[in-house]
Amino acid sequence: MMPLLAIDLLLLAAGLWAVIGLAGLLASRQPRLIARVLFPLGALVGLGVGLIGLTALGANTQTAVLAIGLPDLPFHLRLDNLAAIFILLLGFVSAGISIYAAGYFRDGEGPSPGLLNLEYHLFLASMLMVLLADDAYAFMVAWETMALSSFFLVTTNHRHEEIRQAGYLYLLIAHIGAIAILLSFGVMTSGSGDYSFAGMRAQALSPFWGSVAFLLALFGFGAKAGLLPVHVWLPEAHPAAPSPVSALMSGVMLKTAIYGLLRVSFDLVGMTLWWWGVVALAVGLATALFGVLYATVQSDMKRLLAYSSIENIGLLAVGIGLALLFHSYQMEALAALALTAVFYHCLAHAGFKSLLFLCTGSVLHATSHRSLGKLGGLIGPMPWVAWLALAGVIAGAGLPPLSGFVSEWLLLQAFLFSPGLPHSWLNMVVPVAAAAVALVAALAGFALVKFYGIIFLGQMRDPGLKEAHDAGPLEKLGLLWLAALTLLLGVLPGTLILRLDAATRQLLGKGLAERIAENGWWMLAPISPAQASYEPMIFLAIIAATLLLGRWLVHRLYHGRVRRTPAWDCGYHFQGPRAQDTAEGFSQPIRRIFEPMFRMTRHFPTIRDRAPTYSVKVEDHLWYWLYLPIARLVNALSTLITRLQGGRIAAYLMYSFVTLILLLLVARP
Amino acid sequence: MISLTGLLGQLFAIALALMLAPLLTGWVNQCRAWLQNRSAPPLLQPYYMLHKLFHKDVVLAEGASSLFRAAPFIVFGCMVLACAIIPSLSTDLPFAPAADALALVGVFGLARIFIALAAMDIGTAFGSLGGRREMLVGFLAEPALLMVIFTMAMIAQSTSLATIVETLAHREMIIYPSIAFAGIAFTFVSFAENARVPVDNPATHLELTMIHEAMILEYSGRHLALIEWAASLKLYAYSCLGLALFFPWGIAERDNFLAMSAALPLLFVKLTIGGMLLALLETINAKVRIFRVPEFLGTAFLLAVLGLLVRLLLETRV
Amino acid sequence: MSAAIPLHAQLINLFAAVILLLAFAMLAQRRVLQLINLFALQGLTLFLSTLVMAVKIDQMHLYYSAALTLTLKAVLLPWILHRLVRKLHVKNEVEPLINIPTTMLIGLGLVVIAFNVALPISQLSSTIARGTLGIALATVMLAFLMMITRRKAITQVVGFLAMENGLFLAATSATYGMPMVVELGIALDVLVGVIILGVFFFQIRDQFDSLDIHHMEKLKEH
Repeated sequence: MMPLLAIDLLLLAAGLWAVIGLAGLLASRQPRLIARVLFPLGALVGLGVGLIGLTALGANTQTAVLAIGLPDLPFHLRLDNLAAIFILLLGFVSAGISIYAAGYFRDGEGPSPGLLNLEYHLFLASMLMVLLADDAYAFMVAWETMALSSFFLVTTNHRHEEIRQAGYLYLLIAHIGAIAILLSFGVMTSGSGDYSFAGMRAQALSPFWGSVAFLLALFGFGAKAGLLPVHVWLPEAHPAAPSPVSALMSGVMLKTAIYGLLRVSFDLVGMTLWWWGVVALAVGLATALFGVLYATVQSDMKRLLAYSSIENIGLLAVGIGLALLFHSYQMEALAALALTAVFYHCLAHAGFKSLLFLCTGSVLHATSHRSLGKLGGLIGPMPWVAWLALAGVIAGAGLPPLSGFVSEWLLLQAFLFSPGLPHSWLNMVVPVAAAAVALVAALAGFALVKFYGIIFLGQMRDPGLKEAHDAGPLEKLGLLWLAALTLLLGVLPGTLILRLDAATRQLLGKGLAERIAENGWWMLAPISPAQASYEPMIFLAIIAATLLLGRWLVHRLYHGRVRRTPAWDCGYHFQGPRAQDTAEGFSQPIRRIFEPMFRMTRHFPTIRDRAPTYSVKVEDHLWYWLYLPIARLVNALSTLITRLQGGRIAAYLMYSFVTLILLLLVARP
Repeated sequence: MISLTGLLGQLFAIALALMLAPLLTGWVNQCRAWLQNRSAPPLLQPYYMLHKLFHKDVVLAEGASSLFRAAPFIVFGCMVLACAIIPSLSTDLPFAPAADALALVGVFGLARIFIALAAMDIGTAFGSLGGRREMLVGFLAEPALLMVIFTMAMIAQSTSLATIVETLAHREMIIYPSIAFAGIAFTFVSFAENARVPVDNPATHLELTMIHEAMILEYSGRHLALIEWAASLKLYAYSCLGLALFFPWGIAERDNFLAMSAALPLLFVKLTIGGMLLALLETINAKVRIFRVPEFLGTAFLLAVLGLLVRLLLETRV
Repeated sequence: MSAAIPLHAQLINLFAAVILLLAFAMLAQRRVLQLINLFALQGLTLFLSTLVMAVKIDQMHLYYSAALTLTLKAVLLPWILHRLVRKLHVKNEVEPLINIPTTMLIGLGLVVIAFNVALPISQLSSTIARGTLGIALATVMLAFLMMITRRKAITQVVGFLAMENGLFLAATSATYGMPMVVELGIALDVLVGVIILGVFFFQIRDQFDSLDIHHMEKLKEH
């Protein structure tokens, strides 16, 4: 008997997920069974998938053929280093989310738990299949299963009108994207009819068709990832879904789109033109700036995080653009630097964004409020969630010593070398793009401080919050797991990048491993220690040592006495919760500075108002400039077409008859 | 590779920063008082202040959480780390590889986030106002600082502060016009970051104009002492960073004892002059409205980017 | 790297950079009198850079034009403008048509364009300071931007003069200066131009009671 290969184990895992999903249907009368047994089992499978992904990094490429589907069109599957990174991401992150979900989903919310369980695990299995697929057919089947299962998950609470709308928008844009991806695959086969990825690699495309394939892929995968201008579904769909699902979508599903883009542009197309990099860079920058600005002005905690996901996807596109740019000029070492930043940011974002989404889930369960205006002071009743969310906030703001900083640091290092590009416009414009990246990172800090400060700090804005309770044990476990991932990614970058290097090497033929391995495991120096270095462990150690030593000394030399009194606040006596900044108030500077970026409808109180109210509604310009005109156009066209619909059967028969005759005339052998 | 002398030098640099930072604050306050025709507080006033505050009881607001109590220590730790990695006397700093110039910006960012969150923790009107304004200043100042560092890093082909200093101070003298841009941008940024006029007034308790003071209103006793000390350390760190980037002459290289012993008095002289200049600039400027601050820092950002462009145009193509 | 650049070229680069810096400062300046002072400073820097060039290649006509720059642009014109502002009681505030941060952002874009456009030209040039051609072009563009985005007539005059500074810098950096005759002619033109504009200011103010060029829009034919 042949030994079980990693790819077989992964297939087994996908199968297990599907079985767990189906088992839930049988046991749909026993929600406790589903929560306490099936979801933790799913988490275990996830852990296994993560471990297999980790070991597959650097191992040989494995292939398999799965004889399902159409008779002469089996699924081709392949496990290589690029896929392994994303499988590792899927496994480890979903393990945390599943264990959290075990404690999160309860009876009486939304559809029956059995159905939810099925959709959830099918979603996981389909994402795994997307990453393993080695032909366009298998890829598209898995891709569509992923879109559909997540659609059903988004519309879990389908009794709400706006959730149905969000789901519809999501499905619509997912399908437009899928069409673009399919077309891109079609272009890459260049008429050979061989839809396997190996066949596409073998084709030599002309620069024109290569560009068409790349642009279609950028659009199609961009629609899934939330790149401008096909981002509109994201801030609607992510908040609509239950929090573990939002975490999966934001943390993992968006990364499958990044995977697809990397797969097409570095592997399948087989060529790189410099302007592809510029396009990806420009779209990424616009997306990142847009996302972060809109994140800062949101008042709904999940929408805020959804916009922040758009920002992070933008940063990933910037990294991909930079990598493409260097790659097109054969500057592979620098391309490897940028690509490593992309991989690392995928992992980092998956960790901290899932963590933050799950924290909003706990807050939502404890308080049943999503609007920041109703929250506040939750660090008191929910210390676990609050402190773990802080880890997510620090990582999300791109600050050391957690995970987000490492990728940001790598990306900026890559930018630092862009003046070496042999092109006079690029080497001046690209470093300026670094300035925009720096601005985005700093604004992300603003958005997340707002998120954290308004939810967890200050006085409670609603008296009912006092009854809030901390997360349950399983939820805590999930949060802890993700926070631990964030910390690990933050403090062990050198070790992890050595593992990721296999994928960089596979795509570019060159990696960072030699340079990094020259130094100790605690040090990250992608070029040389004299040029740039970062040692998060020592960094953390110095701060921790100062902290503990300082505290000890102060208490030892002086005292540790504490007295509690009401807050001073400059002697101002009215100190109710309404004196604090609201979510809108906190972001007022941003709305003011970047006013033209938003479409705002504001209502100001006048002096004579008996009950003065202030309201502001921020909307997306693109919705009005791009989507509504398109929607109107489609509407107008459909009204034209409805004229055909007369209701008489004879007329319909005639249409069919005419069509048949026309086809017979046109389609001759 | 880590020599004993290096380690000693490192510890000495940290100790020096801890001791010298309040003195620098005292010196700036004294110069300011002279220039503004006031009678000056004693030079050692900040030390008396710290001593007094450490002795006092901590009076905590009722709503204060554990984050509020932890934040002063974390901020203080960040500032100590910053002082440890910025070359002030010698470039032989064993801790320096822990964070290069980009990570240094991250250190300041981390401290900023904690102090802003702590300000929001009590839930008073001033606290959240201060936190919001601090983040506003932060998101404008941080990219400007990063761009300054980018310019310098392109000159030295390195983001390691030690290498930058060595390139500028110990190689052939070359005039880099881009440094002029970077220097002005850096001055702007350090004014904003250290809560100085024209962005903030360190002496004010006038509600509508304060930023830094608004954030720390609720702190008292040892917590306030640590925050004040951390603010002094930040001023010291920024001064040393400015000196290292723009006036690096005199900072000793590895294993050069003669230069090391000369570096200390030189640092004193540089900081004395720097403090005077700071007080002078603060005196001749007026505090601007809070919504002029984005313009002020936006100018700094643009100047830094311009410096980068000038660097690319004039200095790389010969 | 750049170690091969001789000292005088470094100095000229430095002065060119300062001129660009001053052009940006003028764009950001909100006070009319400060604006004129900045212009004087720009003239002074231009003089210094011409002087360095003159010393290096030792050509008499460059000395002359340096002297001309000093007297005309650093002293005489600023003095005339100061007098004008005081005589006319112009309100000491620049009124921008577009807000200043946006103007500066546009300015940054112009600098990128100028630098790249100048690159192929400066590669043709063989002078010691060809890198400064990009800066000269950027200065011209920034001055143009100032003329477009400011409301007051006097700021437009300053913009016009700053543009001339940029052209002069371009001339010295690309070709070691223009022939003396041309230069004298331009200097005279500028001087006369400013005087005529000054006379115009008095007339405009008498007519409209303001120096806002906005009022000129009424002058169109119907």
